[in-house]
Amino acid sequence: MNLENGARPAAIELIGVSKSFGPVKANSDIHLRVDKGTIHGIVGENGAGKSTLMSILYGFYQADSGEIRINGRPVEIRDSQEAIRLGIGMVHQHFMLVENFTVLENVLLGAEGGALLGKGKAEARAKLAALAREHGLEVDPDALISDLPVGAQQRVEILKALTRGAEILILDEPTGVLTPDEADQLFEVLKQLRAEGKTVLIITHKLREIMAITDSVSVMRQGKMVGTLRTAETSPDQLAEMMVGRRVLLKVEKGPANPGLPALTVENLTLRDGAGVERLKNVSLTLRRGEIVGIAGVAGNGQSELLEAIAGLRKPSSGRILLDGAPIPHDPRALRELRLAHIPEDRHKMGLVLKFETRENSILGYHLDHRYGGALLNNSAIEAECQSQMEAYDVRPPNSRLKTANFSGGNQQKIVLAREFERGPHVLLIGQPTRGVDIGAIEFIHRRIIEMRDAGKAILLVSVELDEIRALSDRVLVMFDGRIVGERPPETDERELGLLMAGVTGAGAGPGAGTSERGAA
Amino acid sequence: MSQPAAKLPFWVDFGLIPLLNLVAAFAVAGLVVAVIGENPLDVARIIIYGAFGYGEGVGFTLFYATNFIFTGLAVAVAFHAGLFNIGGEGQAYIGGLGVALVALGLDPYLPWWLLAPLAVIGAALFGALWAYIPAVLQAKRGSHIVITTIMFNFIAASLMAYLLVDVLNPGAGSMSPGTRFFNAEAVPPRLSEILAPFGVDLGGSPANLSLIVALLAALGLWLLLWRTRLGYEIRALGHNASAAAYAGVPIARVIVIAMLISGALAGMMALNPVLGDQGRLLLEFPGGAGFVGIAVALMGRSHPLGVILAALLFGMLYQGGSELAFEKPSISRDMLILIQGLVILFSGALENLFRPAVARIFAPRAA
Amino acid sequence: MDWLTFLNVLDSAVRLSTPLLLACLAGLFTERAGVVDIGLEGKMIAGAFAAGAVAVFTGSAWIALLAAIGASVFFGLVHAFACVTQRGNQIVAGVAINFIALGLAAVLGQSWFGQGGKTPAPPNSGRFTAIELPYAAEAAQMGPIGRFYADVVSGHNLLVYFAFLAPFLSWWLLSRTRFGLRLRAVGENPAAVDTAGVSVTRLRYSGQIICGALCGVAGAYLAIGLNAGYLNNMTAGRGYIALAALIFAKWRPVPALFVCLLFGFLDASANRLQGVSLPSVGVVPVQFIQALPYILTVILLAGFIGKAIPPKAGGVPYVKER
Repeated sequence: MNLENGARPAAIELIGVSKSFGPVKANSDIHLRVDKGTIHGIVGENGAGKSTLMSILYGFYQADSGEIRINGRPVEIRDSQEAIRLGIGMVHQHFMLVENFTVLENVLLGAEGGALLGKGKAEARAKLAALAREHGLEVDPDALISDLPVGAQQRVEILKALTRGAEILILDEPTGVLTPDEADQLFEVLKQLRAEGKTVLIITHKLREIMAITDSVSVMRQGKMVGTLRTAETSPDQLAEMMVGRRVLLKVEKGPANPGLPALTVENLTLRDGAGVERLKNVSLTLRRGEIVGIAGVAGNGQSELLEAIAGLRKPSSGRILLDGAPIPHDPRALRELRLAHIPEDRHKMGLVLKFETRENSILGYHLDHRYGGALLNNSAIEAECQSQMEAYDVRPPNSRLKTANFSGGNQQKIVLAREFERGPHVLLIGQPTRGVDIGAIEFIHRRIIEMRDAGKAILLVSVELDEIRALSDRVLVMFDGRIVGERPPETDERELGLLMAGVTGAGAGPGAGTSERGAA
Repeated sequence: MSQPAAKLPFWVDFGLIPLLNLVAAFAVAGLVVAVIGENPLDVARIIIYGAFGYGEGVGFTLFYATNFIFTGLAVAVAFHAGLFNIGGEGQAYIGGLGVALVALGLDPYLPWWLLAPLAVIGAALFGALWAYIPAVLQAKRGSHIVITTIMFNFIAASLMAYLLVDVLNPGAGSMSPGTRFFNAEAVPPRLSEILAPFGVDLGGSPANLSLIVALLAALGLWLLLWRTRLGYEIRALGHNASAAAYAGVPIARVIVIAMLISGALAGMMALNPVLGDQGRLLLEFPGGAGFVGIAVALMGRSHPLGVILAALLFGMLYQGGSELAFEKPSISRDMLILIQGLVILFSGALENLFRPAVARIFAPRAA
Repeated sequence: MDWLTFLNVLDSAVRLSTPLLLACLAGLFTERAGVVDIGLEGKMIAGAFAAGAVAVFTGSAWIALLAAIGASVFFGLVHAFACVTQRGNQIVAGVAINFIALGLAAVLGQSWFGQGGKTPAPPNSGRFTAIELPYAAEAAQMGPIGRFYADVVSGHNLLVYFAFLAPFLSWWLLSRTRFGLRLRAVGENPAAVDTAGVSVTRLRYSGQIICGALCGVAGAYLAIGLNAGYLNNMTAGRGYIALAALIFAKWRPVPALFVCLLFGFLDASANRLQGVSLPSVGVVPVQFIQALPYILTVILLAGFIGKAIPPKAGGVPYVKER
């Protein structure tokens, strides 16, 4: 897979770069070569280490070991200033813009050209005009950022890099927030930049984009570089396989499902977040008793919002959620009484109060239940409850008075599971059940989920671990960009699922198919 | 870049580090004493003797501590809900109005043992009322409660100045702005009177039954926070608001209730000086006790028992400080305010100053 | 109220709004940099005491002013260390500084001068005295406008004129210079500043240093301008009113000038209105007028009159995240 080494030096060369955060190896022994004047893609699943690698390049982090060469010269990038000086510009996934500043002020920030702004402003204005002419990067320099649509905001980020003389442009998930039209415009701009000899590095998990605009592509998996290919010589299928890897399939003993009546129905659910961005777009699904429906997808494609909307934590903009045929109340407490249990995706943020004693966490959300006392809590009842939960789920150490923060990830997750499973729920919403959990606990948790299904519960499972989805689910729905883009049986080839997760729908949707996936749902 | 806080043994987290913070605060205070040419150890001796060395001193220490238990609990309960109530001073001031209105209205008719419980209710009610508006504005409109409670301190000061100068002032013969004296029959006995038959001599100190109320309030708050559903919800909200929302805690309502409790506790502080000591409502009677509550709550780590201990420490400083000002005229009584500020700085804003160093020593050496 | 009385009130409004204005701008510089500061009161006290004490020792108003600035900046650095370096709670740090400064001034004052915490009156050379502007005496004879010039515009000390120039200087600094641009940015989105290769820490420390300097001038004005010598707790809550004015001015310098003038005017007229019956209102309690700035601020914070949107990153320590 070695690309030919031409006479000219590579724009970027990484040799054996490693970076750890505590015990977590975010990048290990990364080798990468990006030729000048090309568009190079980096793909990989969530947590594959792409963003860390780019942060190292931009001086946000320092590598623990390894060498970086820019235009053939070994460099040390201690901070962003140094990166900028080396001609590296970065467009972050979350824009680094000051919202109540004008475009011009944002472009100036950090590159003011003198203690007074007057002269620098005039120059920046001229530069912006020139860039607008040459690249079609039109933005009103006096507009406030907060008044601009996201596409235009991203253009400002690109302009920031270009006015600082960036020769290498790094874009982190650039199309995540763009409409299809805006994405196509962005690609045109990138192609033009390439034509001028600039180098573009684009991080994405969307294979369509890789196929559409890159010259070469590198695949990362679990902090390692799996390989680099010429885009023209590869296919989405090959990339998907490289991304997902050939992992040891988790073995879960499970008989055929015995689906009963529908328990939960979601009809045309649409949800906007606080910023007005549509996170769920017209989602419909039906969940029956005695089945596990898995929702596969790369993180951030609407799964969390879907779970939280059903759990009564977010109010949908339109659409209906029916529990046993009746619209649900938007109140987590009332939903618990209707026997809907929710294992949140992030146990630290939502599922547990880490500073609580574990017995206090064992009743979180059920603390108004009469079993645990009236206005005064009945500590012996709570203690008994916690003891029985800890025993049933083999939580170690079985100390109900210990602060929950002091348990391992696996045991914390068991505490949440025990709390939600042991009260005889009818419908279970389960998010990332085994994230940050050790192997032993994973098996245990998976067994419990299957048992719940066999006991006739309706289970909606969200996980970014494709293996987990395939091992547990009876049906798999794939989410992409806030929509459900397809339903497959769990036996489906993981390459095919990987393609769906990357937004490639239908056999005919090749690299050039433009915005086809938007209409497919 | 700071690493996430290492897990430390319990006694280090809740014993050693707070102690180090306190020592640092007193070390700086000692330095100031040395700078003005006095011996810090001498000063410490005088303070401790003044506070605990003789009966009357102990009585005064308990009297001041009573104030600080109330205001410290007030700040602590708000902290538990994740709120910073700087308005204790104003809530205590208005609480005094509640006490005074009950006493002025009923003292011709009721003996002290009937009037005192009503005064407790009046104090709590008025204090809570003064916390209510900032609470609702925070819960419903997101107005920053720190700023609104500061503003309410000043509004309380103006309102009370108006009432005490122009409305409740009995007029001629009154030396300082305030209400008339309450009927002596309506004023509860002092601890010194109660304990004298048992051979305990508290001299002429003003410590009174409010101390018992304060201790009961501490016990009550402990019960509330750790033994009731409401306390459970308050603490869940304070530790992790998203988890509280997940658990179905009605967040706006719990914010308001926590602030009402906080205001009620601050208001009850007024019992001690107004009903228990002066027997009338005087201008500016809280004298900064509401602010001392911040230091007390931070030092006591918002636990009722810690608050009692910290309140005793500050009671000691206030009483011993008076003694000190008497013995050593070159040291101002305002030394207390300095120490209070240093305790807030080191126990609050700089609470993690020593943590990295301590963590290096005590953190389990993982492979 | 006749014209002369009105001018009189206006004149004292100018004097009373001067320390407010300086403290308000002090708060503006640090809060626009993303560090909330309720310790303005304490910093002013530090400045006032330092000015009062040094004026007595040296007899020089200018050295006293420098001492005031130095003392105030010291507390600014303490605040920055606690809030920026240690990432401590900004409110708690501000509260602490208010007490430390108040207590320290009283302790040092008692030890040095033995007058119960106040400083003796400095000699005239140790004070900033009134400046008669050119032609003030002549103008006073030339009708109402002339009187306005003579009574309200002329006859203040240097620090007053500095204070009224300061909002315009601040506006210029914030909107026209590189430093101002970066300072405003760091209060809104520190990550944007960091990724632009500019130090967030240095900017936030700078904000606190300017804040300290301005509080120092405000304190010096109280001790050796408006009054002769430091009095215990002489700021009397002005640091908090300044905070209220800052919110009212929506963190902008030139509006801060008008808000502080208004608050100063309320203060000045409160003294005048004592017992005066107003048409159709009757006697307004003077305390009501004194409380008006606070009441107005609460109403503003509640969102009933316009909306005060603070700098977005205010109160939050900056942590680099991935």
